[in-house]
Amino acid sequence: MAFLNGELGEGAALAMGLLVTIAETESATGFIDIEGAHIDGCLFHGQAGIDFARALVEGNATVQVPTTLNVSSLDLLHPDLYRGSASDAIAARELMDLHVELGCAPTWTCAPYQLPGRPELGTQIAWGESNAIVFANSVLGARTNRYGDFADLSCAVTGRAPASGLHLDSGRKAEVLVEVAVPESAFAHEIFFPLLGHWLGANTGTRVAAISGLPSDTTEDNLKALGAAAASSGSTAMFHAVGVTPEASTFEECVASTDIPSIRVAMNDLKRARDALGNGSGVPGAVSVGTPHMSAAELQHLALLVVDGRSRIPFYVNTGRGVLASVPDNVLAALEAFGATVVTDTCTYITPIMGHVDGPVLTNSGKWAYYAPANLGLDVVFAGLEECVKSAMSGEIHLEDPFQV
Amino acid sequence: MRCLLPGVAVGELFRLTAPLSFWGGVDPTTGAIVDRNHPQNGVSITGVILVMPHGRGSSSSATVLAEMIRIGTAPLGLILQEPDQILVTAGFVANSLYLSEFVVSCGQVPPGDDGVFRLDDAGLSLESAGARSDSDGGY
Repeated sequence: MAFLNGELGEGAALAMGLLVTIAETESATGFIDIEGAHIDGCLFHGQAGIDFARALVEGNATVQVPTTLNVSSLDLLHPDLYRGSASDAIAARELMDLHVELGCAPTWTCAPYQLPGRPELGTQIAWGESNAIVFANSVLGARTNRYGDFADLSCAVTGRAPASGLHLDSGRKAEVLVEVAVPESAFAHEIFFPLLGHWLGANTGTRVAAISGLPSDTTEDNLKALGAAAASSGSTAMFHAVGVTPEASTFEECVASTDIPSIRVAMNDLKRARDALGNGSGVPGAVSVGTPHMSAAELQHLALLVVDGRSRIPFYVNTGRGVLASVPDNVLAALEAFGATVVTDTCTYITPIMGHVDGPVLTNSGKWAYYAPANLGLDVVFAGLEECVKSAMSGEIHLEDPFQV
Repeated sequence: MRCLLPGVAVGELFRLTAPLSFWGGVDPTTGAIVDRNHPQNGVSITGVILVMPHGRGSSSSATVLAEMIRIGTAPLGLILQEPDQILVTAGFVANSLYLSEFVVSCGQVPPGDDGVFRLDDAGLSLESAGARSDSDGGY
């Protein structure tokens, strides 16, 4: 009650009031203590975000647990990239500053799981940002529900979260089995993973799925791409990959009962997903990669692909400032020599950076391909990283994946 | 029908045939659906009692819906088939900051959409029956 009656400040009371409403919505059994938070509300979507953060600041709230910040609308390291209005930039900066004032760390990345000190198996957290949520639950085995803006910050300033859903053992069990039935050669092409993710989100909705048949050497970056695409096309907050993710060493481990419905996903399903994500044609106008923010391993892979090449079209690489600072200088030098534009703190699909583009944009991100057409009004060609690089160098679309219709 | 967020809405019903992400799926300045993958792309959801399966996608939807309530482009209230805390959050914050009466309920809505309905803490009731005008769009 100390929260709600204002003893801990009006800001904490507002936050706890929201958490009580959420707890009732989810029929939560009470509240749990959390060990960390990740806040999505620092991206400017209008005055409401500023008004809420200011109400917390003026109500003397501060974050009670280590708290990272998601992407914003501005690239503070490369401010010249922003092409939006001055008034939006001022509002976006105000929102960012308010979050820092509340005690959040200015990490400005949608991939907080790529930062040091990430949560471990079983850690209770409250994260916003759909791709981060699905990664934390599925790949790290940390426990978060799908918190929206305001809710994640309310958890951070109270140090609490409603005890429901994915915070509990019972909410983490798979409700549907997805049997991957594709030739082994399909796994060799990276876009298999975002395509499967796109299919998963569209076909399993909010249910936790157990995916069987993925190779045991599936990487974190593969799972990142899978989860981000699934959380875009659906409300996916967690999946298990049997034999790959930490709570599913076997199928039996990740289900409450082995008698659950199953769906088979075959090459034709993935071809349809590829078609839906973007089969544009013509002369490419630009490339955008790194949604979610590129990891150090992905940046190093890209640096190898672009060696001795030169992009003929604008080539955007989104990553976090923390990851960028961690990679060797020669990686950045290779990207610069290629003509790539490195974007940090934000992302090309949520803020005006690309400007007018003549022709379709290539991307290897299921999430970017899902949202960019509406956000930016352009056509997308979905392609692997290597095809993106080859297309940029030749000025023509090169597709070599096995998922074409 | 279960009330998730108390409030009052009086207006016509509009049923979404697929889940919708407010962020990226709706233009908050006009209230129109802009998700190219949504079967009702182009339709406005302003000023109606919106019946929807559940939200979808980005966790930024809470700010977008709260902002739509603030500037008057939002639906008047929501009836969800599954509880969705992101959409409840948006309504709670708008009601707290702007003293709006956005209402969110959860449950099934039987067929029969004609007329003006009232959605409040007690559930959904028919306020006044009547044939639809030609101007109400969406159908």
